[in-house]
Amino acid sequence: MSLELDVSTLHYSKVNRLLREAILEGEKEIVLKGVNGHRYLAAGVSANVKIDIYGIPGLDLGAFMRGPVINVYGNAQDGAGNTMDEGKIIIHGMAGDVVGYAMRGGKIHIKEDVGYRVGIHMKAYMDKVPVLIIGGKAGDFLGEYMAGGVIVLLGMFSRYPERPIAGLFLGTGMHGGTIYIRGKVKESQLGLGLKPYALESEDEKLLEELLKDYARDFGLDPSEFFKEDFVKVVPYTHRPYGRLYAY
Amino acid sequence: MATPQFAKFYPDFYIERDLDKCIKCKKCIRECTYGAHIWDEKKKILKEDHSKCVGCHRCEATCPTGAIIIKKHPSAFREHANWTPWFIKNIYKQADQGGVLLTATGCAQPFKNYFDHLVLDACQVTNPPIDPLREPMELRTFIGPKPSLVEVEEGENGKFRLKKPLPRNIQLEVPIMFAAMSFGALSLHVHHGLARAAKELGTLYNTGEGGLHASLYEYGSNTIVQCASGRFGLHVDYLNAGVAIEIKIGQGAKPGIGGHLPGEKVTEEISKTRMIPVGSDAISPAPHHDIYSIEDLRGLIYALKEATEYKKLVFVKIAAVHNVAAIASGIARAGADAIVIDGLKGGTGAAPTMFRDYIGIPIELAISAVDKRLREEGIRHRVSIIASGGIRCSADVVKAIALGADAVYIGTAALIACGCTMCQKCYTGKCPWGIATNNPELIKRLPPEVAFEKIYNLVRAWAHEIKEMLGAMGLNSIESLKGNRDKLRAVGLTKEEMEILEVKHAGE
Repeated sequence: MSLELDVSTLHYSKVNRLLREAILEGEKEIVLKGVNGHRYLAAGVSANVKIDIYGIPGLDLGAFMRGPVINVYGNAQDGAGNTMDEGKIIIHGMAGDVVGYAMRGGKIHIKEDVGYRVGIHMKAYMDKVPVLIIGGKAGDFLGEYMAGGVIVLLGMFSRYPERPIAGLFLGTGMHGGTIYIRGKVKESQLGLGLKPYALESEDEKLLEELLKDYARDFGLDPSEFFKEDFVKVVPYTHRPYGRLYAY
Repeated sequence: MATPQFAKFYPDFYIERDLDKCIKCKKCIRECTYGAHIWDEKKKILKEDHSKCVGCHRCEATCPTGAIIIKKHPSAFREHANWTPWFIKNIYKQADQGGVLLTATGCAQPFKNYFDHLVLDACQVTNPPIDPLREPMELRTFIGPKPSLVEVEEGENGKFRLKKPLPRNIQLEVPIMFAAMSFGALSLHVHHGLARAAKELGTLYNTGEGGLHASLYEYGSNTIVQCASGRFGLHVDYLNAGVAIEIKIGQGAKPGIGGHLPGEKVTEEISKTRMIPVGSDAISPAPHHDIYSIEDLRGLIYALKEATEYKKLVFVKIAAVHNVAAIASGIARAGADAIVIDGLKGGTGAAPTMFRDYIGIPIELAISAVDKRLREEGIRHRVSIIASGGIRCSADVVKAIALGADAVYIGTAALIACGCTMCQKCYTGKCPWGIATNNPELIKRLPPEVAFEKIYNLVRAWAHEIKEMLGAMGLNSIESLKGNRDKLRAVGLTKEEMEILEVKHAGE
């Protein structure tokens, strides 16, 4: 049994209210149809529910959320997964800017391209290790200030074959976490002091596991991903401000 | 030859030990966290390293025989109005270490303090003053949007009722709240003291960007939780824990830059509260990277409101900068319930000295400019204005409210109440008074009960003084003082300054 709602004529606030009411009544699967720029869907929802979204959700999809598994059958606008804590967002299209800002846990899987400032200040804590996988290409400042977690950039399903896999300043100021990039990335595109490194066996094991899950979400063959080598970008220091001050 | 460290040659303070009184109990050694007192085992005497003394007066205050006095170091440079010892010594420090000068507290430069150029009115002959001990006097303040008009309708039984419910407001019993200071910057004991004082006084304290310690959730109805750019310890339970969420855009002590808690300070407890690994740097970027415009700010305000089902008020805190009035107007239109303005004199536990001393504008001018702008635009009722930064006494509170604030935040004053001596070394984490530290031994020096009692006493005293001042002016509620510049007169201000403050000169 799942609840299906046509939200095309409803304000986002109303949609969220209906969502929360349904969850409170024990609904485990909710389908939202006619989503068209509705902001903050499932923001702050703390429950293990499945939400299917048909259309294009607006700003801050699933912000601060803890638990829901959201499938977006379409593109998503800016701020998906903003400061999310747990759960999963699967976007069967493209996503806008600042996806996964400061996310602390859970997963975001995006089939195609993303905009600018994606994965900024992702962090990890104890058993919470957030994962952000991008099937297409990314704009500038991917993983800026990254403090923990994993970003995987595949560059495979992009609408922009002429563009480089990532924009400029990738990983600028990162002091934790790992960014994996399929294929090659020019050093000039990385943030100050960063270098691409070859993968070690633990990296390969982790990537295999993460990409298997990603492939399952989109019905892809996971072996395709490994037809090209990956590189990884890790912080050159965990203490970027260690020797900055005079006392 | 080792490179000489010039800064060490010229200490700021001089530890004077009266050898007749000293009983060599070595308490000073145990109390000093900076190693300024030294025991010479060979000669069996106590010695001093003046260069290590930060002027916190802990040894002086705890010496059982009163044998120690901390003085300004008498060693003098040749007088020069421009090249004062402050600048000379700062250059030595930077030449020695090649780093950014770091300091704490609020602006230490002697800019004009507008509070000190404003005097208050009192009733004489033509209208009677009110004695708050015998007549009701209200300090109750409501934070949050007010309706643009109140509509009533006649209900059943001929009783009148409001047509629409009033917007959600927070009721304060005193117009003084405690400013954002994180657990990490402060000890957990101070946080407990602040939280309990807020509860007993009927006001709010603010978690700062350090998350909320599990033991503090019970003070939820007196808590403002902060959402800053690092989003540390920020999750659904945290957002729902308090009565308001403050989006921190900026801070008066360091406008335009972020912050960072060095890894050394991220202990086990702090790691749990901030939700970052032990020993890792906690870096808050300068901007929220999801906010590059007023529209984006509106995005976050409503994300927070949606996430908390509109049960919490959202404050937006900014540093007072040149265009503060226009920015505040944008914040009001973005949907904030209160705007916190932190002025030039706003404090901090750590800021680059240049930022603390030279960036931002005085709070007095900022409050007045914002209040005026919002009134002119007809949106003043949509938001409360909370003034912060450099509020030192109850008269400052009264003047801030007369200039247009709804309420004030105090930070430094609450810490001074706990024994802080303004040594301005909070960033070392070695606070000998047990305030700005999380060293498990040092925090014992300030138990939570003591912190509570001192902070409670201070605000209680100020509240009474405010009532007395209101009574003297012939007002019986703080509401009547809000933006009431007629109760203020300037002494020694220019025409331009008076225009911004919208006050007349004394004698006018």
